[in-house]
Amino acid sequence: MNKKRIYPQWFLILPLALYIIFFLLPSIMGVGYSVTDWNSRSVLTGVNFVGLDNYKEIFLSDKNYLSGIGHTLMFTIVSNIVKLIPALLIAIMLQEGLRGQGFYRTVLYLPSILPFVIIGLIFKSILNYNNGLLNMFFEAVHLDIFKLKWLSDLNVVWKSIIGVDAWRGIGYVMTIFLAGLNTIPKSYYEAAQIDGANFWQRLRYVTLPMLTGSIMINLVFGITYGLKVFDIVYVLTNGGPGHATEVLTTYAFQLYSRGQYGMSSALNTVLLIITAIVGVFIVKTLGKQEVQQ
Amino acid sequence: MKKNVQTILKHVVCIILCILVLAPFYMVLINSFKPKAEAARMNLSLPSEWLFSNYLEVIEQGKLVQGFINSLTYALVATFLGVVLCSMAAFVMCRKRTKLNVFLYYFVLCGLFFPVNYVTLVRVLSAAHLTDTRTGIILVFTSAMIPFCVFTIRNFVTSVPVELDEAAVIDGAGPISLFFKIIMPLLKPTLVTCFILQFMGVWSDFLTPLYLSSKSKLFPMTMAVYQFFGKNKNNWNYIFADIVLTCIPVIIVYMIGQKYIVGGMTSGAVKE
Repeated sequence: MNKKRIYPQWFLILPLALYIIFFLLPSIMGVGYSVTDWNSRSVLTGVNFVGLDNYKEIFLSDKNYLSGIGHTLMFTIVSNIVKLIPALLIAIMLQEGLRGQGFYRTVLYLPSILPFVIIGLIFKSILNYNNGLLNMFFEAVHLDIFKLKWLSDLNVVWKSIIGVDAWRGIGYVMTIFLAGLNTIPKSYYEAAQIDGANFWQRLRYVTLPMLTGSIMINLVFGITYGLKVFDIVYVLTNGGPGHATEVLTTYAFQLYSRGQYGMSSALNTVLLIITAIVGVFIVKTLGKQEVQQ
Repeated sequence: MKKNVQTILKHVVCIILCILVLAPFYMVLINSFKPKAEAARMNLSLPSEWLFSNYLEVIEQGKLVQGFINSLTYALVATFLGVVLCSMAAFVMCRKRTKLNVFLYYFVLCGLFFPVNYVTLVRVLSAAHLTDTRTGIILVFTSAMIPFCVFTIRNFVTSVPVELDEAAVIDGAGPISLFFKIIMPLLKPTLVTCFILQFMGVWSDFLTPLYLSSKSKLFPMTMAVYQFFGKNKNNWNYIFADIVLTCIPVIIVYMIGQKYIVGGMTSGAVKE
């Protein structure tokens, strides 16, 4: 059989071309532009090479960019923990033959299909200090100590963002766990039960080892999402109060709208490098696991 | 007995979780029918009078028809293009595993991780004379979905027997009729999954149009809603009505395509 004839290479050309031109090329150009002073006035003055000045400004100046990087990493780690653990427990609970499982799953997955902008706006109203649903609820049950300025108190604002993010994301993570759980043979649990294993032992020695695939996929999606997070922060707080909830992408967008394209590219490059490091790390761990199996 | 108590407890937990998820939706829906002052209180009580006119007002003021048409165009065209192109590529990458093709596959997969640099993307678009055009926005959306689609579809192609290709070729089919008449129908489940997931992804996307469209004529619904919110910060009844209208299309797609979503999201994970 002539492979060349029935599997023509030109099938690849268009998708590859699109991917390279509109996805890869901008990233590479970004690295190039990150060492220039490219800005909105460059039409007149031209784009000039400035060496590592942009990076110096990010890492050495007192302009808070570093805290933006820190927030991005913090959000990535915390939001994943907050979503993965409850989602796993809910999935286990639903999986053990609960009637109405389908209905619960449909409802819990619902938030993750909605646009972030919408969720941001909904929670802007719910977390409103004076009239928001949450504070009204605490008032009604006489727990006034929990009546907080959810989106403007420095100590609370990140918790609100992560909470909203979890409200949206838990159903999605749970669905992936459920699919993984369904592939574990029932006989494993029966055997464990006969051996007298309790819930935690079954979780530790049967469920978790069999779920590595789903855990990995959730971590990969979760981490890449966390590093790139933008919408939810932009709509809920727009980086405020002050710069307390600024992340890499919101800074990059601000710099872009102020016309400091070179600086914005430098921040994007920092994000690119962080993602690359994390990506290599993930691929390596995945590779190791395949060897073990 | 112990089992019964456990089951009841589980149902209680599930119902509480469902209420936590549904309460915000109920709040939005109920308040979207209220007069302005009542909606500003944002509580769960029924409206004193049902104002369906809020919706008409919003559709007119919020440029929602324009936004709806834009969103639909972006999502339909970009996703259709993306799914067809990626299935062709995934088919060849899977069937003809030359060194080059294996490399290209991993090369495309890198895109699952990397962030898009929108600043320079704007520059690329202007070089291609696509700034502020629907074509430009659609091509960007299509490009962004390529890694995911290639990954998901290639996994599925492995399950289609090679003998089919051979039989078709012996019967005189060329590569194009082989792919579109024989292979594509067999890939339907995964293609539908990709289509639904990416359709909803494009519909929800906010960052891409934020960077790429400076003309409000090109705004999709998400941008239209955000703009509307910026202009009407105190008219919560209108904002809620706007939210409801933006959600309805995605919820419909979700309800129709539900069974495909779960299967597709996890096909990569479970196969390992």
